[in-house]
Amino acid sequence: MQLTNRAKKLEKKPMTLAERAYLPAIFQGLSITMRHFFMKKATVRYPEEVRPFSPVFRGLHVLKRDEQGRERCTACGLCAVACPAEAITMVAGERKKGEEGLYREEKYAISYEINMLRCIFCGLCEEACPKAAVYLQPDKIAPPRYERDEFIYGKDRLVEPVSPDARSVRGIQLTPEQADSLRNKLAQQPA
Amino acid sequence: MIELPALGWQSIVIFVVFALSLLIATYCTYAERVIAAFLQDRVGPDRAGPYGLLQPLADAVKMFTKEEFFPGGANKALFIFGPCLAMITALMSSAVIPFGNNVSFGNNSFFLQGIEVNIGMLWVFGVVSLGVYGVMIGGWASNNKFSLLGAVRAASQNISYELAMGMSLIAVLMMSGTLSLREITLQQSVAGEWQFWNIVKQPLGFIIFCVCAFAETNRTPFDLPECETELVGGYHTEYSSMKLGLYLFAEYINIFVASAVMSVLYFGGFNFPFQYELRDWLVSSQGWELASAQNLITVLGTVGLFAKIFGFIFFFMWVRWTLPRFRYDQLMRLGWTILIPLAVLNILITGGLILFGVIK
Repeated sequence: MQLTNRAKKLEKKPMTLAERAYLPAIFQGLSITMRHFFMKKATVRYPEEVRPFSPVFRGLHVLKRDEQGRERCTACGLCAVACPAEAITMVAGERKKGEEGLYREEKYAISYEINMLRCIFCGLCEEACPKAAVYLQPDKIAPPRYERDEFIYGKDRLVEPVSPDARSVRGIQLTPEQADSLRNKLAQQPA
Repeated sequence: MIELPALGWQSIVIFVVFALSLLIATYCTYAERVIAAFLQDRVGPDRAGPYGLLQPLADAVKMFTKEEFFPGGANKALFIFGPCLAMITALMSSAVIPFGNNVSFGNNSFFLQGIEVNIGMLWVFGVVSLGVYGVMIGGWASNNKFSLLGAVRAASQNISYELAMGMSLIAVLMMSGTLSLREITLQQSVAGEWQFWNIVKQPLGFIIFCVCAFAETNRTPFDLPECETELVGGYHTEYSSMKLGLYLFAEYINIFVASAVMSVLYFGGFNFPFQYELRDWLVSSQGWELASAQNLITVLGTVGLFAKIFGFIFFFMWVRWTLPRFRYDQLMRLGWTILIPLAVLNILITGGLILFGVIK
């Protein structure tokens, strides 16, 4: 039975003189490698050159602020429940008087930690969140670290900075051109 | 004009050749990695310096700072002596290679060659065959079965292929009538007459010599003495630090010397086409002095010789990343039952052609 059209029928017949001389085959092989010498290289020089991300790529998490700069997260724990890898832990606290400018809801997360070594970047936390607080960014990945505990991201590294200009200092930084092209790409996506 | 004694000039040339051999061997490691990468659609080392050009320095620092390890039960003196011998013999063989014709300044006229001896080719052969002792002693002194197997393989392989190599060489010597590498080079280009490089007259001999050169330098497809897949590291399994570095260096210097010898014997050495016409044109219509025109030709010839050498080094690496390794019985069969009879046949054909005056 023939499964593919690439199967080659092998015949056990004595080799011809050209085959036994071995040199033609060597030159054939040399020409193949020489062709590869001039081919386009597959290498992406990583830190300088970033492979383009898909617009729906699920990368490093961010805890969003609302339009007035208040933290959206209300520490309901739905993301932690939804997380199949049990990567999210949080401690809930009650908002004090005078903190209305910091937290949008009366309850907020005193600590919020995601273990990036456990996380499988499935995006279920993002879907579970009723307050649209946690998002997986399409343009950042968790960068390599030397120590395991450095992969446990607390609120200091997860919450979006207040100033929009400072909002991409962590993780993998995109160049302005790359960010622009990504923005254009996202704008062209049908809503 | 200062009078430079011939010995002083020779020592300068030898020192330059020594430094060049080391430099070329250093950058061979870089070239090997980049060529390997390019042949496999990668880009190779590009982090250390522009285009990764400082990579050999980084490797050297690594080699020098690694732990010096002596395996238990090893013969310490021989263990150190092995890589030294490999390195010494590799460096010695380049002394007789003519890197250029004569240069003259003032009343002095010197050859761009370390030592001009009338047994140049014999010297190269003798020294290169001593090189196997470096491998043999290192493999023996390591007190390791893999090392010993690699060393035994190296010894038998080198002895087998030296025969075919020497016999393919005899055909060249029959034409040239001399063992001096300088004479052989000069005979390949004579002013005022059509004279072809030896590759035209000795194509079969060149192929045999080239295959044997691969075997002599322990390069793929004949790198059985150190094949990682069977023998861990072969004769240098137990070596670390700069002693390993010396073995690897010696291999690259051997490649350099083998390339130089092939260029000299078969590709005209420091000759390049139309050199005498260029010299005469410079003298007659550009008003140059004969000596300075000759100096220019010599410099161009040296550049040409190095271009040929680098071409051969590239070929060595190109073949390495194309062909898989031979099996040991295939290696021996190729050496004894194919290359040696072919070399004898080549001698007979050459003798016949000389007898009937087709070539001289």
